[in-house]
Amino acid sequence: MISAPFDYHRPSSLAEALSLLARHGDDARVLAGGHSLVPAMKLRLAEPRVLVDLSRVAELRGISEKDGRIVIGAMTTHAELASSSFLAAKCPLLTETAPQIGDIQVRNKGTIGGSLAHADPAADWPPVALALDAEMEVAGPSGSRMIAAAGFFTDIMQTALRPGEVLRAIRVRPTGPSVAYVKTEQKASGFALCGVAVVVDRAANRVSVAITGIAATPFRASQVERALEGGPLTAERIGEAARVAAAGAQLLSDMHGSADYRAHLAQVNVRRAIVRASART
Amino acid sequence: MADTPREPYVGRAMKRVEDPRLLQGIATYVDDLRLTGTLHAAFVRSPYAHARITRISTAAAKAAPGVVGVFVASDVNQACGIVPCAADMPNLKNPQHRALADGRVYFVGHAVAVVIARDAYTARDAALLVDVDYEPLPVVTDPEAAIKPGSPLTHPDLGTNVAFEWSMSTGDDAELERLFKSADRVIRQRMVHQRLTPVAIEPRGCVASYHRGEQSLTLWTSTQIPHLVRTLLPGMIGVPENKIRIVTPEVGGGFGSKLNVYIEEALCSHLAMRLHAPVKWIETRRENMSATIHGRDQIGDYEVAVKNDGTLLAIKSRTIADIGSYPQLLTPAVPTLTGLMLTGCYKYKAMRMDVTGVYTNKMSTDAYRGAGRPEATYLIERMADIVANELRMDPIRFRQMNSPTSSDFPFATACGLSYDSGDYHAALAKARRLARWNELLDTRARARKDGKLFGVGVSTYVEICALGPSKAMSAGGWEWGCVRIEFSGKATVITGSTPHGQGQETSFAQIAADRLGLPIEDVVVLHGDTNVSHYGRDTYGSRATVLGGTAIVMCIDKILAKTRTLAAHLLEVKPGDLTFEGGRFSANGKSLGWEDLAPAAYVAKNIPPGFEPGLEASSFFEPENFTFPFGTHIAAVEIDRETGETRIVKYVAVDDCGPQINPLLVAGQVQGGIAHSIGQVLFERTVYDEQGQLITGELMDYPLPRAHDIPEYVLGSTVTPSPSNPMGIKGVGEAGTIGATPTIANAVMDALYPLGVRHLDLPLTPEKIWRAIHLGEDDRGGARIPEADRSAPRYTTADVGEGALEVGNV
Amino acid sequence: MNVSITVNDQLLTHDVEPRLLLVHFLRDYCGLTGTHVGCETSICGACTVQIGGKAVKSCTLFAVQADGESVLTVEGLAGEGTLHPMQQAFWDAHGLQCGYCTPGMMMTAVQLLADTPRPTREQIAHGLKGNLCRCTGYTKIIDAVERAAGAK
Repeated sequence: MISAPFDYHRPSSLAEALSLLARHGDDARVLAGGHSLVPAMKLRLAEPRVLVDLSRVAELRGISEKDGRIVIGAMTTHAELASSSFLAAKCPLLTETAPQIGDIQVRNKGTIGGSLAHADPAADWPPVALALDAEMEVAGPSGSRMIAAAGFFTDIMQTALRPGEVLRAIRVRPTGPSVAYVKTEQKASGFALCGVAVVVDRAANRVSVAITGIAATPFRASQVERALEGGPLTAERIGEAARVAAAGAQLLSDMHGSADYRAHLAQVNVRRAIVRASART
Repeated sequence: MADTPREPYVGRAMKRVEDPRLLQGIATYVDDLRLTGTLHAAFVRSPYAHARITRISTAAAKAAPGVVGVFVASDVNQACGIVPCAADMPNLKNPQHRALADGRVYFVGHAVAVVIARDAYTARDAALLVDVDYEPLPVVTDPEAAIKPGSPLTHPDLGTNVAFEWSMSTGDDAELERLFKSADRVIRQRMVHQRLTPVAIEPRGCVASYHRGEQSLTLWTSTQIPHLVRTLLPGMIGVPENKIRIVTPEVGGGFGSKLNVYIEEALCSHLAMRLHAPVKWIETRRENMSATIHGRDQIGDYEVAVKNDGTLLAIKSRTIADIGSYPQLLTPAVPTLTGLMLTGCYKYKAMRMDVTGVYTNKMSTDAYRGAGRPEATYLIERMADIVANELRMDPIRFRQMNSPTSSDFPFATACGLSYDSGDYHAALAKARRLARWNELLDTRARARKDGKLFGVGVSTYVEICALGPSKAMSAGGWEWGCVRIEFSGKATVITGSTPHGQGQETSFAQIAADRLGLPIEDVVVLHGDTNVSHYGRDTYGSRATVLGGTAIVMCIDKILAKTRTLAAHLLEVKPGDLTFEGGRFSANGKSLGWEDLAPAAYVAKNIPPGFEPGLEASSFFEPENFTFPFGTHIAAVEIDRETGETRIVKYVAVDDCGPQINPLLVAGQVQGGIAHSIGQVLFERTVYDEQGQLITGELMDYPLPRAHDIPEYVLGSTVTPSPSNPMGIKGVGEAGTIGATPTIANAVMDALYPLGVRHLDLPLTPEKIWRAIHLGEDDRGGARIPEADRSAPRYTTADVGEGALEVGNV
Repeated sequence: MNVSITVNDQLLTHDVEPRLLLVHFLRDYCGLTGTHVGCETSICGACTVQIGGKAVKSCTLFAVQADGESVLTVEGLAGEGTLHPMQQAFWDAHGLQCGYCTPGMMMTAVQLLADTPRPTREQIAHGLKGNLCRCTGYTKIIDAVERAAGAK
């Protein structure tokens, strides 16, 4: 399998990247870690004429804290996230999720920004971004803007990014330790057949639950969240709330899992994730 | 030479001599070859399961820079002949599969055109420029529907989807029917053996080069069977056999998928001749999944006649084998192996098997690891559990009472075979001991009390190996070998059993070094080049060590006899006075070693009268019987009641392959085989949809076992020599896969037994188990276990005896 | 375009098409055929090499992405005629049969031990998730990595 030919650019600054994207318009695709785009190109499912490789744009990498928010550069790899002691302390959902993605090799190369912007319906980062109420910091020809995670994943493999825009960073609030990511894998690919990210905000007495792998886009399980509002997280209440995990979702169905089974996994994994998160204090 | 006798190499867990080059990345696989001027082939393949080709436009591809040629059926089929099928199947309707699709494609992946270009990237690009118009035709995917009247046809010209009908029985069908009539019970079960994809990690590939001056063809190919390719290729491309050299450099796994002659080998050979340049083709993984053979794919309806006391009387099977769209080398033979082993290790009085081979619009099935015997062992061992359950008997006791004891060997089976040797009871007893059986049952009882789904499974198995006596094989079942003591006194061993990962360079060197009294470093094993290894029948069917190893032993026996006369002559003693030990012939305090004798034999100035110069011998070993390795495997599993996921918590394998040449390699074969079973039982399956589209066309959709799927094994062995070869060895390449599939399946079904689930077909995916638990779904034809039986303990801690004296290593 | 990659401590510069995969750069431009292509879809790991000490799948990287980087392949694990402790352990433990997956397997295992010098067997198994072997059934591969860890 060989990709179609393309021109390759490797800007060293975001400004340069944006100007390349502006110049090449629809012909250009942004290359991050490449673990989604390169296989698609080899299968000729994607044939961009121009690749803009962001790997040397230093300002897109790294983890920092600014104005009470954790800022993760879009080009930060899964492996860097997995091994960050800063994140382990400040936003442990990220360090819990990262090692569950792919394998060592994929984590070394794949990036959080690439995963979010690719918006595979079975990817692991989108539900995490949703559960954390992340903000996507986007750079474009007319400057920067923020997109709430809730409005970012618009359809299967579609995001709110506009042509010429680049996902620059992901901003999240620090959380306590009461978080969990529970995933059932599609056995062959390692993607999520059903992944559930949970953040329990004890101060606000609120639970955030997001699910990937079972529908065209990841989504917040708002019925579960509402069912848990205002009361203690007893096993009974969690179990009851989890029953509506997949309610209303347009379920995916394929040889790896029927709609029935995915809906069932959603219930199980939502319950397990909330139980696990709430046990972490 | 050492003064003290050396511990024999045979029997030692020696690390392999072939490994350093593999470990350093300096071994040569086919794709690593770099011949000057090589052209690269890329195929255009059908995206349709069945369609008429109405137009092929190659102009754009031909015009692309770097493209040397684009070839379609009319360009090459005349010169490339028909893909050979060597299976001895009378009345086989053969659609005469040729190199490229001629007017009609009949499976997804069917080659339509081949592009030849100066580099591989250009070839791939140009293949995409070949424009083919297809007119879809009705598709056949369900083999049972395919044999009903009015079904669309895979090959309209044949007028039927039935490729062959084959039956075997104990002889007297009246006796069979009498046994069924007299039985207390007849227990029936339908089972589906799913289609599997072999997936050697190295895809197939070949490089063909034609020497115009010599008019000789060299084909480097990733195959298990260079010698068979050399024998069969002339029938396809017209180059005489003695002008063809087949070379298998390193071969990156086969598992039966490279036990074939494929169109690409013929096409590359033909095009190398035609284009006056080497032609190389390396299979893509998608091609490997869609156009390299698949395995299994049988649907069986099984009936067992049994007495209430548990005595097995007779077994019947009606099997539909979905063989795909055309026969590859051994396609029709695979279900016949199932028939041969249908009675497993049990004293059935009669059997009958009727097989209908059915064409569907899929890739061909053929020999995948175990080839027909895993199907047999799976069905017979699942039936053993189902029957024992229905009779409310301990499945172990049930197996014991129906299997022969060690004094029953050679054991004549209802299938007409003579099992060479065995002690099934000893293997069973040892497996139970290693599994800490009583503790395991306690664990299960506790787990069940806690509401967990915990199951134990047992399978005894026997398999047929060392294929085989020529009278029972399609094209000769012998093996060839050659041993030469070089001038220097070092030995060169040449085998026709070409390995693809099994380690013959080591195990055969162990055999030869011991018998020649040489240090193992002084023995080199050559293979895989038909100009060096002149003849052979290659490696499949767990045959290499038994047959190839024995051929080497025969060569050495000849050399020793010859050398004895030379040594006697030089030492001026009678041949009978000489002793041979530690590589030296001695008498009267004088001795000569190979370093003395070999030069004498080649210089040939002082040799006995009539002595032929040189020290070389070759042999064909023709076995008088197959070998029948056996064993008992035990597994324990725990199932997540909520998700249906299975975890194997214990695995014990006791295998008896006779004396072990190298226990390290034996363990590797067993462990590798069990991994294939873990895949088959828990998740692997090749899926075509109703339109014949291959859904499992990449490894992103076909799950293979990974390291974390594998339990910690407890391996043991017993040693029951085979009387049919001088080393008493039996073969072990497929044992793991044959023994493990029913074991794990039985364990899962035991875990589900309390829920009333009688049988589920493989693979036992989490979803399938979840559906069985929560939705009460069984597979077609499966009854539920009666409520009253569900709490039966099934297994007991009753002593099963120790059987024969414990031998072998744990 | 020109790419300069330090491969096994040697700086190599070639003019390549941007779409050239790193694995083909290594195999066809550098003559290092120890790195194998298995699945082409980033599942099997036969093509694993290290870039800057990190295991990556070279069939899912364009060579241009490795421009200026330092690549280690199986051929560079040890000096000529010697074996790296991981190679020695695979040999001793019979961690290979056909050998096709082995280079990639070892390149991942070397990083695994660099990150986790004393892994449990379970950690080894999970660490090798991105490397498929169809011959050995993995047990002896895990034995080998455990042995290599002990040899350090």
